[in-house]
Amino acid sequence: MSKLLNNLVVIGIYMVFAVLLITTIYPLIWVVGTSLNPGNTLMVSTMFPDQPTIAHYVDLIRNTDFVLWFTNTITIAIANAVLSTALVAATAYAFSRFRFKGRQQGLMTLLILQMFPGFLSIMAIFVLLLQTKLLDTHLGLILIYAGGSISMGTWVMKGHFDTIPKSLEEAAYIDGASHTETLFKIILPLSLPAITFVALNSFITPFMDFILPQIVLRSSEKMTLAQGLYNMVANETNSSFTTFAAGAVLVALPITFLYMYFQKYLIHGITAGADKG
Amino acid sequence: MDVTTGARRHRTKAAIFSAVFIGLGQLYNKQYTKGLLYMIMAQLFFWNYYPIAYQGIRGLITLGDVPTKIVAGNVIKGDHSIFMLIHGLITLVLILLFAGFYAMNIYDAKKNGELRDEGRPVPGFIESVRRAKLRNFPYLLLLPATCFVLFVTVMPLVFNVLIAFTNYSAPNHIPDRSLVDWVGFRTFYDLFAQESWRTTFFGISVWNVIWAVASTLSVFFSGLLLALMVNHPKIKFKKFWRTIFILPWAVPQFISILVFRVLLNGSFGPVNDIIIKLGLSPVPWLSDPTMAKVTIIIVNLWFSTPFLMALMSGVLTTMPRDLYEAASVDGATGSQKFFKLTLPLVLAATAPILIMQFAFNFNNFNLIYMLTDGSPNHPDYYYAGSTDILISWIFKMTLNQSQFNMASAVSIIMFVFITVFSLWNYRRMKTTQEEDMV
Repeated sequence: MSKLLNNLVVIGIYMVFAVLLITTIYPLIWVVGTSLNPGNTLMVSTMFPDQPTIAHYVDLIRNTDFVLWFTNTITIAIANAVLSTALVAATAYAFSRFRFKGRQQGLMTLLILQMFPGFLSIMAIFVLLLQTKLLDTHLGLILIYAGGSISMGTWVMKGHFDTIPKSLEEAAYIDGASHTETLFKIILPLSLPAITFVALNSFITPFMDFILPQIVLRSSEKMTLAQGLYNMVANETNSSFTTFAAGAVLVALPITFLYMYFQKYLIHGITAGADKG
Repeated sequence: MDVTTGARRHRTKAAIFSAVFIGLGQLYNKQYTKGLLYMIMAQLFFWNYYPIAYQGIRGLITLGDVPTKIVAGNVIKGDHSIFMLIHGLITLVLILLFAGFYAMNIYDAKKNGELRDEGRPVPGFIESVRRAKLRNFPYLLLLPATCFVLFVTVMPLVFNVLIAFTNYSAPNHIPDRSLVDWVGFRTFYDLFAQESWRTTFFGISVWNVIWAVASTLSVFFSGLLLALMVNHPKIKFKKFWRTIFILPWAVPQFISILVFRVLLNGSFGPVNDIIIKLGLSPVPWLSDPTMAKVTIIIVNLWFSTPFLMALMSGVLTTMPRDLYEAASVDGATGSQKFFKLTLPLVLAATAPILIMQFAFNFNNFNLIYMLTDGSPNHPDYYYAGSTDILISWIFKMTLNQSQFNMASAVSIIMFVFITVFSLWNYRRMKTTQEEDMV
């Protein structure tokens, strides 16, 4: 009886899996299929086109600003990754290794700021950037991203630094090393997972984010990928959907592989941060 | 009496000197280089900045009093209230910095006076610089981050708060066409007293809370169930299933959202196409107010479950096996094991993540804006649709409607809510993480 029940459970699970398999895969295959489908409308598109064509990809690269959006996004992503990681590493090092006045208040502030998404003060950011002539520049966006990443990354990084035994540095200090040397030669090399997590996260943010670029970047030649693709879908004429599908595939493929490859770092990085705060 | 005042003579005098004139106390302590440096810095800053600071503070208080006028066909520019507000804010920060420098100067004079009272030598200039470098190393490390946080996060927050107390809104108070004034709590009063604002605010708030709770809970349980199913001992090809089910997490979210927007489109979306071909009536996925809300939660399930599944899988593998064996020996049923063992253990391990997810979902702008854009329309709402949450409402009020003061007022209410929530969260965490904070 119990064995029968057990078998029923297993069959049930496989049935659920079958349904999930279809719902998970369907949207993905649909995009790929549509992007390869001849013709411009969704009505005639089939999941598996008889005569696949790369016309939409060619169209995307020739007739839209896609390449430009891509370079923009990459530029912002790299700059943001470098700047954020440097800022976060310095901050986390100070909080992890030194005891100074205001340390607890500082950590507390970061914790609370982390809860405020940067775009909550959309209007203020808009006006401030306008004032500093940084509106519609990539620099403005990068600075805002980097500022936002501090509160988020510091706790993760500090959590990791805390796990590195102090005896290692003490030995280095005895040998006459300075603070900077121990940071670069001992702590950072031992914190590769945390650094990867922070850098990767800041690298990916510009690919994913929509609201901040939408506020900061106004002209078409400065837009990021998310903005460009959104605009393709947002105007409800369905002629550009196939081009959108091609763009979606081009953006999603590398990021999906990146995520699958760095899966462990990304998922555990978030947990590590959450454990410690 | 004489002795005690005598013993404290230098520190009191030095402090008073420095309070009267920056750098004087240092000179009194015979730290000539430092004293002169302080004096020059303070004087340069003060005399150069004094007129600008005066203007800035005056602008902050009045928000300008010269309106833009058209005289004989020519536009004569008046004051720009919002720029004046920002200038005022920056001035305020600089004044605070100067006040900090002033306080530090007094403290420094007193400290070195103390050394003299005790008959010890006062450090020379180079020696002081060296000491400060050592003691202030952590602050030096924190300086760039502090600047960033100050100007990118804190300044906008303060600015945002201030705007709520002005009448900065279309159509009558948009600089530089017209002036903006301080109006006190009137914006908040309007939000709660005016019928349409109140309806919109409460309607959206209720949906926002429902959405945050429903999405967090649904994702939690579906993630847990999926993890349990994948980890079931009798299931084969575990790696294959896990890879398939993690896929939606790896696809960029905005792409999945946009794809769903097309897929679920009422008139030409492929999903309704299939449903019609199956002989059923089309589902108003995004066009019916209630159905749109359900759709949002379902779409969120699609791309949020995988992450929770991966997380839960990790948690489940660390579950103490002997507990389950003990429970089996005591004759516990499967459901008893789930509710009395698995669920509490998983909850304890993932509680911080759940709270983070809740906070994230509460402000999940991307999903709402990209999937439904707040539509379908709600006839009773001001500048918002049926599926709008507070953050997307704020976005629309800011970028499309120029209702800046109301947008700020609503975001202040959200600030308060979030602060209370995170403080409570922090308290709760502190009890378990006590040793880390000392």
